[in-house]
Amino acid sequence: MNINLTLFGQMVTFAIFVWFCMKFVWPVIIGAMEERQQKIADGLDAADRAMRDLEAAKSEATDQMKEAKQEAAGIVDQANKRANQIVDEAKVLAVAEGDRLKVAAEAEIEQEINRAKEELRSKVAGLAIAGAEKILEASIDDKANRALVDKLATQL
Amino acid sequence: MSGENPASTTEYIQHHLQNLVYGKLPAGFERHTESGLEVLGADTWTMAHGASEAAAMGFWAIHVDSMAWSIGLGVLFCWVFRRAAVRATTGVPSGMLNFIEMIVEFIDGSVKDSFHGRNKMVAPLALTIFVWIFLMNLMDLLPVDLVPKLMGLAGVGYQKIVPSTDPNITMGMALGVFILMIYYNIKIKGTGFIKELTMHPFNHWAFIPINLFMELVGLLAKPFSLGLRLFGNMYAGEMIFILIAMMFAAGAGSGLVFGGLNAQLFGTETNGAFWLVIFVLVCGVCWMNLKGKISTGRTVLLTLGLLTIGGGVFALGGGLMQWGWAIFHILVITLQAFIFMVLTIVYLSMAHEEDH
Repeated sequence: MNINLTLFGQMVTFAIFVWFCMKFVWPVIIGAMEERQQKIADGLDAADRAMRDLEAAKSEATDQMKEAKQEAAGIVDQANKRANQIVDEAKVLAVAEGDRLKVAAEAEIEQEINRAKEELRSKVAGLAIAGAEKILEASIDDKANRALVDKLATQL
Repeated sequence: MSGENPASTTEYIQHHLQNLVYGKLPAGFERHTESGLEVLGADTWTMAHGASEAAAMGFWAIHVDSMAWSIGLGVLFCWVFRRAAVRATTGVPSGMLNFIEMIVEFIDGSVKDSFHGRNKMVAPLALTIFVWIFLMNLMDLLPVDLVPKLMGLAGVGYQKIVPSTDPNITMGMALGVFILMIYYNIKIKGTGFIKELTMHPFNHWAFIPINLFMELVGLLAKPFSLGLRLFGNMYAGEMIFILIAMMFAAGAGSGLVFGGLNAQLFGTETNGAFWLVIFVLVCGVCWMNLKGKISTGRTVLLTLGLLTIGGGVFALGGGLMQWGWAIFHILVITLQAFIFMVLTIVYLSMAHEEDH
């Protein structure tokens, strides 16, 4: 154990190294580490937030999808209903039109029949007169017998 | 590896424990030089040749090797950490930076655990102490003979490469911490510090002398226990390395087969060259094994054979023991650096606390 000047030499050296470390080493490294810690924490926070946002967006999207589906289903229902209605209306119209046409046709037929009857009647009258003319030959007065024949024709 | 006989064994140990000293030899000192006895006319600043001259220098001497290694390792610490600090970014750290940050975080944790005051100096102080002492202690793991031998070849007589086995170094740091303790005690507590010294543990004016004595002893014990604990542990560890080296160097020097023959033929001086040859051969064998030329089993046999021929079984045993002790010592050096650091933090923490 020989204590000598080395003791003080070491003390001075010690002081210098501690000063150096305090000035140029420790704050820089610790600063960088803390900054990085902050950055990582921020990053994790951001990731969490993004996760939450994603979750929310997903649920919102699902909601919207559901709504859209419901709406679509409603629209389809309505459309179906309307289509049925239109078809029904068309049916009713068609039936009505058919009936109307039938009635018209029947009326026309009736008319035709009547006309045919009339025509037939007049023709029959002519024929009867012609026949009678033939039978009676020229002696009979056309005008005097005409009324008789017409009366006969209406009775047909 | 010297140490073939008991006389040189003592010499070997003493040589290993002698620092390289530069100091002032007092006037009238009788100096043994190659040209005979020389009496110094005036005070002379010079390198000490041997322990007696170093002792004669007394206080006015400096351990060149301790200082050089200590400063060198301190500079290494500063350089490595400064480089890390410059490169530190908020991005992803890698490699060396990761390791440095691990240490910094560890120190930061230790400081936050036991120091509750506000002081920007404690954490860097703790970092410096831990890493620097660890590096100084780490020198203990270099083979004990390696650096002194190389230095010897370079013409430097003495070399103690573990600064923490020098009480000047450990006490220097402990006193540095002590000064900080006193400074902060006075700065934080002011007169409270004096009160602490005089009114504890018996709070009565009549007990002031007793209190003062007890508290002063307690206060002074702190730096001494701090410095001497580190010194004692490292000194003992170093001593064991030296003893193991010596014990087996004696056997290896004589050798089993060729060691003796070698000594007979060429004298002990060629031991080094002989060892070199064996070393190269062993390296060659290992190289062949790596290249796949010979099997591992044969490699082991060949190596053992070569070592036996070289008298190296002793060296091998010694190497194994050195290795074992070195592994155990890794624990010691880390622990001692850690203890020094933690106690420094605790002492400074006590200096910052108003009541205790």
